[in-house]
Amino acid sequence: MAVPTTVPVSPIFGRLTLDAFPFHEPILVVTFAVVALGAAALVGALTYFRLWGFLWREWFTSVDHKKIGIMYMVLGLIMFLRGFSDAIMMRLQQAMAFGGSEGYLPAHHYDQVFTAHGVIMIFFVAMPFVTGLMNYVVPLQIGARDVSFPFLNNFSFWMTTAGAIIVMASLFVGEFAQTGWLAFPPLSGLGASPYVGVDYYIWGLQVAGVGTTLSGINLICTILKMRAPGMSLMKMPIFTWTSLCTNVLIVASFPVLTAVLVLLSLDRYIGTNFFTNDFGGNPMMYVNLIWIWGHPEVYILILPLFGVFSEVTATFCGKRLFGYTSMVYATVVITILSYLVWLHHFFTMGSGASVNSFFGITTMIISIPTGAKMFNWLFTMYRGRIRFELPMMWTVAFMLTFVIGGMTGVLLAVPPADFVLHNSLFLVAHFHNVIIGGVLFGSFAAINYWWPKAFGFRLNKFWGLVSFWCWVVGFWAAFAPLYILGLMGVTRRMRVFDDPSLQIWFIIAGAGAALIACGIGAMLLQYAISIWKRAEYRDASGDPWNGRTLEWATSSPPPDYNFAFTPLVHATDAWADMKARNYRRPLAGYRPIHMPSNTGTGVILAGCALVLALALIWYIWWLAALSFIAMIGYAIHHTFNYHRDYNIPADVVTHTEEARTVQLAAVAAQ
Amino acid sequence: MTHAATEEEVRFHLAEEPHHPEGSSTMLGFWIYLMSDCLIFAILFATYGVLGGNYAAGPAPRDLFELDLVAVNTTMLLLSSITYGFAMLEMVKGRTRMTLFWLAVTGLFGAAFIGIELYEFTHFIHIGAGPQRSGFLSAFFTLVGTHGLHVTFGIVWLVTLMVQVRRQGLIEANQRRLMCLSLFWHFLDVIWIGVFTFVYLLGMLR
Repeated sequence: MAVPTTVPVSPIFGRLTLDAFPFHEPILVVTFAVVALGAAALVGALTYFRLWGFLWREWFTSVDHKKIGIMYMVLGLIMFLRGFSDAIMMRLQQAMAFGGSEGYLPAHHYDQVFTAHGVIMIFFVAMPFVTGLMNYVVPLQIGARDVSFPFLNNFSFWMTTAGAIIVMASLFVGEFAQTGWLAFPPLSGLGASPYVGVDYYIWGLQVAGVGTTLSGINLICTILKMRAPGMSLMKMPIFTWTSLCTNVLIVASFPVLTAVLVLLSLDRYIGTNFFTNDFGGNPMMYVNLIWIWGHPEVYILILPLFGVFSEVTATFCGKRLFGYTSMVYATVVITILSYLVWLHHFFTMGSGASVNSFFGITTMIISIPTGAKMFNWLFTMYRGRIRFELPMMWTVAFMLTFVIGGMTGVLLAVPPADFVLHNSLFLVAHFHNVIIGGVLFGSFAAINYWWPKAFGFRLNKFWGLVSFWCWVVGFWAAFAPLYILGLMGVTRRMRVFDDPSLQIWFIIAGAGAALIACGIGAMLLQYAISIWKRAEYRDASGDPWNGRTLEWATSSPPPDYNFAFTPLVHATDAWADMKARNYRRPLAGYRPIHMPSNTGTGVILAGCALVLALALIWYIWWLAALSFIAMIGYAIHHTFNYHRDYNIPADVVTHTEEARTVQLAAVAAQ
Repeated sequence: MTHAATEEEVRFHLAEEPHHPEGSSTMLGFWIYLMSDCLIFAILFATYGVLGGNYAAGPAPRDLFELDLVAVNTTMLLLSSITYGFAMLEMVKGRTRMTLFWLAVTGLFGAAFIGIELYEFTHFIHIGAGPQRSGFLSAFFTLVGTHGLHVTFGIVWLVTLMVQVRRQGLIEANQRRLMCLSLFWHFLDVIWIGVFTFVYLLGMLR
């Protein structure tokens, strides 16, 4: 799109003009047509089947951590499809643009694609997956009824969604940033990026960041305050432990992102000189600050999945996790060390041998607790009776893949080596190696593991296996060539290439991406078929894998209140302990249960934040003022409501639990 | 120990509904929120530390700051913390009217603080020392201004709480809310002591 560098700002529409809509970009017009048709079909179907009221009452306004968790996963999945289409576009462009060919993407479009890919995959795929899993699983694992602040949880989800909507809107109105996913100045300053792209980036992340920080606070409180009696810290399931550390990291790092983005917005909106090259600004200040957030962010993404692998390994090997205590300490050590390594992202800044050595060594030290975890999983498997169900297969694939990604990371931690490999495709291969091999494989393991808990039926194994093999082989085909290219000195974010001998590697990488696309297709098919044939895959027991932690002690899906009676915990693997000691479900004595009420406030406040962000992006000042006042006003209005909870009557609980008794009797009779 | 023996002794659930008092996590949650806010200030202090000497041939702290004015301003904020403490003492004694009185005094001190700060800011901008002038002034306005925005937000919150206390009385929920605002208000005081020391006092020594 021809980007206007100086757009007149009208008092009513700001700098939003008809030129902002990309009618002259065939790729975007077709995309828009497909998205619009899809959306129209969805809206039509929801209206036809009269589902709007149901969605609003049962899902959008729900404060139930289970429903919010599932909504996070759906958000992550939708955004994953968007982020992956960006990936496939890049692979295609790079495979084509040789021998004088310009490929099919113009430069300004290609730059938006690689920026959007990074932003979406980290903030709107990996983060929702991780937050969704923690939301769903943690309260169940600690025997709680909900999180500490159920309304805040709903609000956090809708803020994350509003952030995703902002980033998606940039596809069809205006442009997205062309700066790379961390928007380094001076490129992201007003001089080099005068139009709306960077503003979309800033406000998308700010709105979502509020949600992430609040959900971090919420889950810390939940884990510290809401555990079932008897569950001391060292009796918590490992997934809960890694969630606790992750949320500590969130609360101790996202404010840094918020602050640094505020400073960048001030530079862009009122002309301050934080990151400018003149008037005393310092662009490297931005790079330092954003990586002080950015490196802990990496561990925010991976730690919960380390928890998932621990749960999966213990369950499918039928034994207690090897080295529980060392696992906890390794997690805590990683949490602390993740704050002492940020400078390894820019050894080339030139901070000198002493500083670079310090950060190089701290980075290498992180591999020690990570290695300890790896051995704990291996020793859990050793002489275990391993069942190769899908979650366990993803775990094994993770162990093989992640170790190699980790080792290339240690290589990059050596400053002299980093000077050669910095900003090359070797780096790109490394972080995809750990993020796909760790975070995505972990999320797939988790989805296959906890799906039966969330919906009451298992996932189809055949299509799961097809997806698994396409993914694992496709991943290596797509990223091994990038390691090779990186070692040859090819830099990242290139749109065209001169040297024709490199093309074969990009074609192999493209074929790998196509294989991954098949893996994603098989995964969607797996979900669809499992939902279609859910009666066949039904699991009435609530404990399909012979699980070890408390979430398997209740029905699948769990009732609104999770547990009719608060569990009393005596051992680390509480549910395994209960089963070993012939636990019997109580059949009488139910009491009313105190629960939080649903509220639409989260949707409304996040809606105001969305409008505010769009108004600020387009310089529509009156609308920004109006939506800001509306947001504050509505938040104050909400605080005047003192009646935010209700009791589930004892006879409703009795009814639900008696149905469960019948269900369990049927399972036992089979 | 045999299974039969343990089965007798071990209970796996509570018979009674555990009493989770409403808002039992609120104070912890608010503390954690304050620490996250503290981190934002830490970043702004660090930015001031890095950029605070970059005058770009423009005015330096010594050319701008009037310590007398800042001393008055600091007094306003410190007094407002004391009066908030009085409000909390009255709240504990259950005296609604006196609580409201001290809250109002706190709000007035807060407003005076904001007024003086706005006067200082407009004065700086008027003499050509606005946030655009240099890295030092960008960092100064952002750090001090962010604190000022927090105080403004605190005043809005204070007024809201006064209305709620008037309407509902000193019920448990309102007491909890007053406790949160109390933490917030004193926290801003602590931040201001940092600003006063590192920005104003040390600035005069540069």
